[in-house]
Amino acid sequence: MIEIKKLHKSYPMGKDSLHVLKGLDLEIKEGEFVSIMGASGSGKSTLLNILGLLDTHDEGEYFLNGQKIEKLNEKKAAVLRNKFLGFVFQSFNLITYKTALENVAMPLYYKGLGRKERQEVALDYLDKVGLKDWANHLPSELSGGQKQRVAIARALVTQPKVVLADEPTGALDSVTSGSVMELLTKINNEGMTILVITHEEEIAAMTKRIVRLRDGVITSDVKPKKLQKA
Amino acid sequence: MKFIFDNDTWQEIFGSIKKSKLRTAITVIGVLWGIFLFITLLGAARGMENGFDKEFSNLATNSIFLWAQRTSMPNKGFQRGRQLRLKIQDVEAIRRQIPDIEFVVPRDVQGVFGGPPAQIKRKTNTKTYKLFGDYPTLDNVNKVKLLDGRFINSSDINNERKICIIGEKIVDELFEKDEKPVGDFLEINGSFFQIVGTYKDNGTSFEGDDSVYIPFTTYRKINNTGDNIGWMVIAANKEADILEVEKNVKTLLKRRHGAHQDDERAFGSFNFGEMFAKITGFVKGIKFLTWFVGISTLIAGVIAIGSILLITVKERTKEIGIRRALGATPRDVKGQIVLESVFLTIIAGILGIIFGGFVLMIINATLAGGDGFPFVNPTVNIPIAIGAVLALVTFGTLIGLIPAQRAVSIRPIEALREE
Repeated sequence: MIEIKKLHKSYPMGKDSLHVLKGLDLEIKEGEFVSIMGASGSGKSTLLNILGLLDTHDEGEYFLNGQKIEKLNEKKAAVLRNKFLGFVFQSFNLITYKTALENVAMPLYYKGLGRKERQEVALDYLDKVGLKDWANHLPSELSGGQKQRVAIARALVTQPKVVLADEPTGALDSVTSGSVMELLTKINNEGMTILVITHEEEIAAMTKRIVRLRDGVITSDVKPKKLQKA
Repeated sequence: MKFIFDNDTWQEIFGSIKKSKLRTAITVIGVLWGIFLFITLLGAARGMENGFDKEFSNLATNSIFLWAQRTSMPNKGFQRGRQLRLKIQDVEAIRRQIPDIEFVVPRDVQGVFGGPPAQIKRKTNTKTYKLFGDYPTLDNVNKVKLLDGRFINSSDINNERKICIIGEKIVDELFEKDEKPVGDFLEINGSFFQIVGTYKDNGTSFEGDDSVYIPFTTYRKINNTGDNIGWMVIAANKEADILEVEKNVKTLLKRRHGAHQDDERAFGSFNFGEMFAKITGFVKGIKFLTWFVGISTLIAGVIAIGSILLITVKERTKEIGIRRALGATPRDVKGQIVLESVFLTIIAGILGIIFGGFVLMIINATLAGGDGFPFVNPTVNIPIAIGAVLALVTFGTLIGLIPAQRAVSIRPIEALREE
């Protein structure tokens, strides 16, 4: 599903440049539930941005769903993001003046679906995350956990190939975090490929594969035992 | 193009407008004010132009009033200070010898330029009024607004008839309400004259509404003026250079009356054509100013929309970032912002035109009712109104492109960066 080879990325910092990703190799297959762990500055967010087509890499190769990603203009990137990727952010990033339903329906708008169809599909997905009754509430009327569920519904609504979650529990308490992770696990069990970025061990432990990043290189790539058992 | 008619596009636009209602309203008021001023000023200028046109429609505008004075230079053995008199023969001479002359109308009056006014008596009432001796051609240079009856005709002139046309005020003062003046008689300076017409003031003549017109020839006879005439009105063709005509006429008259050619004071004149040209120039100036101020205000309003959208874009950086992460192409983002700008300008523009039209209606109703100088029918042409809206759409699009470009120049990753 995702394959990167010798991926490099550096940012210019004045005269010098900051070498953030130093030749990463990673392959994520369809249906995997992977967490990428690392301290801040390890390059995990940069990696997610590149995987999410929000940023470009300098060297190396990136294949998304078998398609080589290079020389994308903004328009192509937008279309690919809409088609293949779903995003879940730490701060939810819901649009404040739109209801939960409208937020979930938004990617479908950019996909070009009709209004009625959008509403129906969006409602299905809200139902899936258990928020059907909250469809017409604004984000400000929802709890943190509920907001993240809406965001997950929004990420799923276009039936993407991969869901990219950047610290999805970073703004939530541990109980809510647990339930969000349970939801992600459930979705993964239905076949969705999920990539979670986190710095919390407990969260990483709930995924099926843990990739550790340190100073721009992968230091370990393991599948927790208890899951291997399962 | 489909995008403009897409219901969802508008849903998005209304969504973002609703988000900041007050600011949107204030911005809209900016443009509304601009186009309101534009329309109101333009309509008022037009009304003023119409007003002047109407006011001077009674008048041969390219004309001169001319009278004789005393010489100020000795000439041909005459001393300076000799009183000159215009003669009836001068009229024909001017008409024949000066090019571009349309009419020359000799006139006489008692009771305007010194001397006592005429005694007018009816039954036991005696009053004094101005008495004019005129030709029918007066109607061509300064229209007489008849209320009843007729004006002097050539038969009156030829037969030196004792008929008169009297002003509204005289009718009020000498007649009872139920009496009909036309056909009745007045005693003017001791002779009886039959009233053949009544008139009302046309606003641009010094006869006012309290004068009596009698035929020029009759006037001459009862006042023993011989060939002398009081003054004359000379109307030139519309295209003629009225200053040139004035110079030529004076040159001719000085020669005919033995005055020195350099004597500036031998003949006096009032060049109405020149004054009218100044008024026309003034109206043109006002119109230019109106366009200038109107368009400037309009541009200022549109720039305000642009800057507000720029601020909005900055505030919505994150939202735009989210949208782009969810698959909005740069074109989607740009299109929405430009359309928002155009939409706001059009709404403001249309409201402004409506308000402007409304104010013009009020001006028309309050000032232009009846003879309300100087505003007559203040209007703005439909093509100009449509043109203004089109200009707004163009400005709105151009100005909207700036914030739109700004919005897409921010990369989604920067927009989404956690604070």
